[in-house]
Amino acid sequence: MKILRLADVEKCVGCSLCMLACSRKNVKNQRIGLGHSGIRAVSLSGFERGATVIFCHACLEPPCAEVCPSKALKPRKGGGVTYNERVCFSCHNCISACKIGAIFERDDEKIAVCIHCGYCVDFCPHGVLEVVEA
Amino acid sequence: MISRVLTIDLSDYTYEIQEREDLVEKWIGGVGAGIQILKERLNPSADPLGQKNVIVFSTGPFTPAYPYASKTVALFKSPLTGELGETHAGGRTAMAIASAGYMSVAIEGKSEKPVYIVIDGDRVHFRDGRSIVGIRDSLILGRILAEIEGGRGIRSIIRAGYAGEKLVRYACLTTETYRHFGRLGLGAVFGSKNLLAVVVIGNKTYPPADQKLYREIYSEIYRIGVESEAMKKYHLLGTAENVLPLNELGGLPVKNLTERRFDCEDISGEKFADENLGRRIACSHCPTACIHIAALREEYEDERYFFKTVMIGYDYELIYALGSMIGVKNRRDLLKLIHRVESFGLDAISTGVCLAWATEAFKRGFVSREDTIVDLEFGNSAPYLKAINWIVEQPNEFYSDLAKGARYAAEKYGGTEFAMTFAGNEMPGYNTGYASYIGLTIGLRHSHLDNGGYSLDQKVSSLSPQETVDRLVKEEMWRQVLSSLVVCFFARNVFRPELVSRAFLPIGFQFTEDELEKIGERIYMEKLKLKKAMGYEPDLSQIPERVFEVETPHGRLEREFFEDALNYYRRTYFLKAD
Repeated sequence: MKILRLADVEKCVGCSLCMLACSRKNVKNQRIGLGHSGIRAVSLSGFERGATVIFCHACLEPPCAEVCPSKALKPRKGGGVTYNERVCFSCHNCISACKIGAIFERDDEKIAVCIHCGYCVDFCPHGVLEVVEA
Repeated sequence: MISRVLTIDLSDYTYEIQEREDLVEKWIGGVGAGIQILKERLNPSADPLGQKNVIVFSTGPFTPAYPYASKTVALFKSPLTGELGETHAGGRTAMAIASAGYMSVAIEGKSEKPVYIVIDGDRVHFRDGRSIVGIRDSLILGRILAEIEGGRGIRSIIRAGYAGEKLVRYACLTTETYRHFGRLGLGAVFGSKNLLAVVVIGNKTYPPADQKLYREIYSEIYRIGVESEAMKKYHLLGTAENVLPLNELGGLPVKNLTERRFDCEDISGEKFADENLGRRIACSHCPTACIHIAALREEYEDERYFFKTVMIGYDYELIYALGSMIGVKNRRDLLKLIHRVESFGLDAISTGVCLAWATEAFKRGFVSREDTIVDLEFGNSAPYLKAINWIVEQPNEFYSDLAKGARYAAEKYGGTEFAMTFAGNEMPGYNTGYASYIGLTIGLRHSHLDNGGYSLDQKVSSLSPQETVDRLVKEEMWRQVLSSLVVCFFARNVFRPELVSRAFLPIGFQFTEDELEKIGERIYMEKLKLKKAMGYEPDLSQIPERVFEVETPHGRLEREFFEDALNYYRRTYFLKAD
């Protein structure tokens, strides 16, 4: 299984194109904007210290899946989780359980989490992200 | 489609949200919609620093949809010129406003005590700002707000600095540390309203009207941006690459235009990149990342091996205004000046031009040492650092006058002929010829970005006054469309009319190229009408005499050419704006 990984975080310019790509990728529910993104581009307490991206680290024993009462999140082979949004009832336990803050609330209150599809890599202009074999 | 307008009243701490699809249909968004909102809410005779002034921040239909739609337009009445104020900024502001669900945000009234506003989606919070007034460094204020407010990664923090609190008429707003609503004094308007900052947080999304087409056009724009030559210049050396060629050409203003060439090797874009470039960052949704940040490592004078490293944004305009215009040719000195101006939240161009006027006025005896406190001298940065402090602190009458702009100070002390302002706005760095100076005089915000006169000067050698005006106005009309979308002008070669028209389709609009052009004309005339109502007159009195004395790449500029151009402008455009 492939996973999304940081190739060189120092090259991140904070442009958010990865976030917009993530919101756009879902063919059944394509969205324009940031609010359906499972990845987040942030400054490091202000842009004078640079920027970085936060996304699922592909834990082998994902705590978010353990605390998910509806089994919307399930461990994924190779690390990380799969997300079945139809059964998610927006309890947000997973958001609290993720140590690196890589699960985000969507604008419809469901959650957005990286499922390592790699769609964002094609829209990262500076080679910050890459997809590799887990 | 996002067409909501949020109106915030600081006088009674209330707000309301309205759907304004009508504005989108007729005026696109951005500056087109913003000017209508301003017209509805602002009395043209209002005092710019009174509670009746209105500020409109406006984004457009491309804002969350396409790359390079990363700008926000701000409209207000300018305390510097006394007429229409318009300034654009990048950073994350546009994305945050659109993601909070608004096309435009209008702020009016005046808070009794210092406050800052948090716009979090549908809710607006008025926060007590009494503990964070008087902070002299805009970076610190930004950090405090970043720590106490939420929305990391999906927000924008727009703040006035200490200069805004002190009502310096050319105080700016800073957003995301390195971008600014720079020109025409919006920081002072914030200050006059007791408004310290606006934090905008949002994560709203919407579906495209045509998913397949949306992806296709998105990828097309993205590809043109990253693969073609259109954006390369901004990506590599950035705008600072202009320093050497403009100096070579004789178009770089030197020492308040008293000299023609400058030893600018050390402050060239190449030198900045080789020696200091520490990082590049991007505005939201921009693959180019043109924001160039220099690292300045400094040892404390009185303490060996105690260092600090500050990260300072630079661009051509700052290198001109705080470098060549005041004769500063040492890169370290220049970076310290830029850093000081940034910390206070001053507009760098206006500050440099004010200092340049003050230096010449001092040298020629219009003002005394008692006024200036230090010996202002071209090239000597230490007194300039002090003078910048005093522009903000205003310890005497002279600095309090200089804080009102070069035109104001010159009218009082003398030396209007070398106060380098156009219609009251301090000039940008282009002594390139007729089109630059005429462009600044008739441009609706008296900025080089209104109509790109500097670029016309460099492309075409012999235009008649009439042709010059027509070319400038035509360009400015099309730029009304770009700033209604709202896309960055640096991407103007990406967003050609044909592509703009096509890019509307997947997001649910239809505008033909012809319609877009007509809307651009209409917005231009709407703005001109408002400027007229605020007292703007396109005549020679808006231009300092020095323009007719200096050598430019087009030689000496004839006064008659300007007279003809302005008369033609008056007849053909100005008098028709009623």
